[in-house]
Amino acid sequence: MEHPAADTILAVEGLTVDIPVSHGTLHAVRGIDFNLRRGETLCIVGESGSGKSLTSLSIMGLLGKRLKVGARKMEFAGTDLRSLSQAALRELRGNRMAMIFQEPMTSLNPAYTIGDQLTEALLLHRKVSRRDARARAVEVLGKVGITAAESRLAQYPHQLSGGLRQRVMIAMALMCKPELIIADEPTTALDVTIQAQILRLLADLKREMNLALILVTHDLGVVARIADRVAVMYAGEIVESGTAEEIFKRPSHPYTRGLMRCIPVPGRTKPGEPLGSIPGIVPSLIDRVEGCAFRSRCEFAEGACAKPIPERTAASGHVYRCVRPVQEERAA
Amino acid sequence: MANMDLAAEPLPDPSPATLLRRRVLGHHGLTFGLGVLIIIAAAALFAPFLAAHDPYAQSLFARMKPPFWMEGTDPAHILGTDQLGRDYLARLLYGARISLMIGVVTALISGLIGTTLGVVAGYFGGRVDLVVTFLINVRLSMPVVLVALAVVALFGGSLETVILVLGLLLWDRFAVVMRASVMQLRDLEYVNAAKAIGCSTRRIILSEIMPNVVNNLIIVATLEMAHAILLEAALSFLGLGVQPPTPSWGLMISEGKQMMLFEPWLITIPGIALFLLVLAINLVGDGLRDVTATENRG
Amino acid sequence: MTARTTEEPVLELAAITKTYQVKQGLFTRPRPLHALGGVSLRLHRKDVLGLVGESGCGKSTLAKILLGLEKPTTGRVLVDGKEVGGKDRRMLARRIQPIFQDPYSSLNPSKTIEEIVGLPLVVHAIGDSASRQRAVANMLDLVGLPQRVRRGFPGQLSGGQRQRIAIARALIIKPEIVICDEPTSALDVSVQSQILNLLSDLRNELGLTYLFISHNLAVVEHLATRVAVMYLGRIVEEAPAHELFAGPRHPYTRALLASVLTPDPALSIPDMELGISYPNPIDPPSGCHFHPRCAAATDICASTPPPHIQGRSGHVDCHLFRQAADEAAIVPA
Repeated sequence: MEHPAADTILAVEGLTVDIPVSHGTLHAVRGIDFNLRRGETLCIVGESGSGKSLTSLSIMGLLGKRLKVGARKMEFAGTDLRSLSQAALRELRGNRMAMIFQEPMTSLNPAYTIGDQLTEALLLHRKVSRRDARARAVEVLGKVGITAAESRLAQYPHQLSGGLRQRVMIAMALMCKPELIIADEPTTALDVTIQAQILRLLADLKREMNLALILVTHDLGVVARIADRVAVMYAGEIVESGTAEEIFKRPSHPYTRGLMRCIPVPGRTKPGEPLGSIPGIVPSLIDRVEGCAFRSRCEFAEGACAKPIPERTAASGHVYRCVRPVQEERAA
Repeated sequence: MANMDLAAEPLPDPSPATLLRRRVLGHHGLTFGLGVLIIIAAAALFAPFLAAHDPYAQSLFARMKPPFWMEGTDPAHILGTDQLGRDYLARLLYGARISLMIGVVTALISGLIGTTLGVVAGYFGGRVDLVVTFLINVRLSMPVVLVALAVVALFGGSLETVILVLGLLLWDRFAVVMRASVMQLRDLEYVNAAKAIGCSTRRIILSEIMPNVVNNLIIVATLEMAHAILLEAALSFLGLGVQPPTPSWGLMISEGKQMMLFEPWLITIPGIALFLLVLAINLVGDGLRDVTATENRG
Repeated sequence: MTARTTEEPVLELAAITKTYQVKQGLFTRPRPLHALGGVSLRLHRKDVLGLVGESGCGKSTLAKILLGLEKPTTGRVLVDGKEVGGKDRRMLARRIQPIFQDPYSSLNPSKTIEEIVGLPLVVHAIGDSASRQRAVANMLDLVGLPQRVRRGFPGQLSGGQRQRIAIARALIIKPEIVICDEPTSALDVSVQSQILNLLSDLRNELGLTYLFISHNLAVVEHLATRVAVMYLGRIVEEAPAHELFAGPRHPYTRALLASVLTPDPALSIPDMELGISYPNPIDPPSGCHFHPRCAAATDICASTPPPHIQGRSGHVDCHLFRQAADEAAIVPA
């Protein structure tokens, strides 16, 4: 992906995350690149073991010391994130870069009121009075669609439903007017009607505040509806990336195509007919992984797949890693 | 018809038994503690062969002989003799038997009582839980040492009395831990699945739940063993435990306390032995807890 | 679309209610929580009844009652026309078996796969050791697992493999009805399709009847023959699957279906206008429980519980509909 534009807010090149385990090193993220412009939504799609959550956590600098993060480049609005001290990273976190987690139950501290947690998010980074912080909290709660915001400030997390808690999480992320929000499976734990509401909210806020949004998810439906750009991760690598339209109209990597065949789509998949499936399981990422990690499950695997895989460009910006050339669209 | 695409997959991880063995061998506290424990147990078991003398045999000639690292030692008595001329090595080895026996039997009795109460309270909840919790609170409000003293004062001190009293008093931690462990498990889906299969309550408790709480049980048992051993030593020291001439380490310390300044080995030798035994047991208990801690996570 | 048979339903729930007494504080009296308020269902042989609803709708409570894990406060459960009481859990177990959601807690981690899959046979004293081992071997073949997993433990298997074990365990005593409680929600998408295909094949091969509980409507649309939609302890709409998905009637059903995000990049996220308040099951809204969130609510919806409107192939509980003159169709009021 080439985005030399000046409004690039996040530039990541060659990101790796290694986890020492008892019998070697687990290469959980094996060199990924992506750029993000202001106001753009990037969806990182993958299943368990793809490394997508580790990616988002490493950008925020939230990984424990045991996990080794490396990158050729990791820049936020021009600042090199790797060179920052812990204190400087804390300055950025919650302030210009904010994160929303999956479980609103456990992400909010049950011992403090909503008001306390919201104002704390602001007071940590700005020198304002408590009264101003509370005013801002009310304002932000209104932005996320919570009515009677004043009375909500005194409530505790357990008094709110899951959907409301997630709205509060989003409000907390917005307190300092961030430029980038990273949301890791923000709606997976929510009911399906609430999920739609929260996603709408995120999309609206993003437009209103020109936010850059990274949404990590496994749900292709969510990706299709909300993403500008998509990066498909498998076994620690980005196997395909491009605009949402490109990826869904012309999925090129066998894994992406396999994923799309797996999901039942009302109106498209025939009820009663077997769903497509991807046989096998994710391979072990401990110690050296040669060639394409998907080849053990790929119907097109050949000898060349064991060697380093070239990057192919299907259309403007649509890039994928496979030995096979771009396939023409054919009936799935 | 079968979805044979999984036929080629290996079992991804080594078996729990292999993993456990690896962790055990890698945990230094655990291996050290086990090592010491095994040595002490072997010493106790083979005491008749290792001790050259009878621990009860008194000798006026061989009184107060110092151990081998001090002057004036008698090669026939490596660890010296006490004020009645009894061989200290022999008394030490036979004392190990007493301590270990107390530890094991007390842990068994209190373990049985506490586990039964805790499991029943944890599984059934409701009124049963209320009753058991009340009993635990009653027991916790009792000062163990005083009660033991009172009982022994009434019925006279002896090995059997001490074991019985401690066994009937030290069950509280078993009950509390077992109750908490069972409560954590009883709502898990595999318990519901067992119920849905039609398993009887007895089978569910014994066959589905117990194997998953046994590691907690063992940890508590080791700690209560150490507890019982120390309590017995204290009671015997006070003269209200095992009675002379039985070679209990606590008693040995008591008998030697007057001569502490001039014949220090009379209390340091059993003192160090007690310390090592309790340390070993605690290391094993802690080690087991560390080693099995992550195992419970599915 | 199959014609409705007139044979006896394999499983029937008649006006099931379940009320819990919930303590609100240390000194206040407990208040009733109506987890289920009058649920009636019928499953016919080889049906796949999809039970959909969101958290708090009572579908899990319903599953527990069907499995004998809970007793209904009022109402009856009938298997093959015969009522089953609470103490017949063993008898019930031979007819109805569960597959639970979480493959990581539905298998006992301290037992081998052989023991887990063979447990139902042991509990019901079916066969001897040799025949049990053969049965376990057959089941593993049926669910597509190699024989060498028998000596292993659940901790060594992946989520999809564990779910297959759960299926093997459920089917080994040849039940007629399987209660699938979100069987694929905790699995990756690529594994989910494998399990769904397996469930579908087994149903055809063994003539099973499923009660398929799920919040994933796309999956339900794919698998179910009939669908029942639950909201706050009541079934608000029930219809054959294709009818429900083609023409949902109840406003809640419409909202649910609209929330299904199909992977179509040309579309954006729909607005179902549901509002953000979520009902408290201890203190549900008056009249129709759904009215505070319903875009089509009228005055009567807040004051009166909705009527049960029965049609030829299903029903809907809503003020917005009425029965047509010939009592066969449901039409807007």
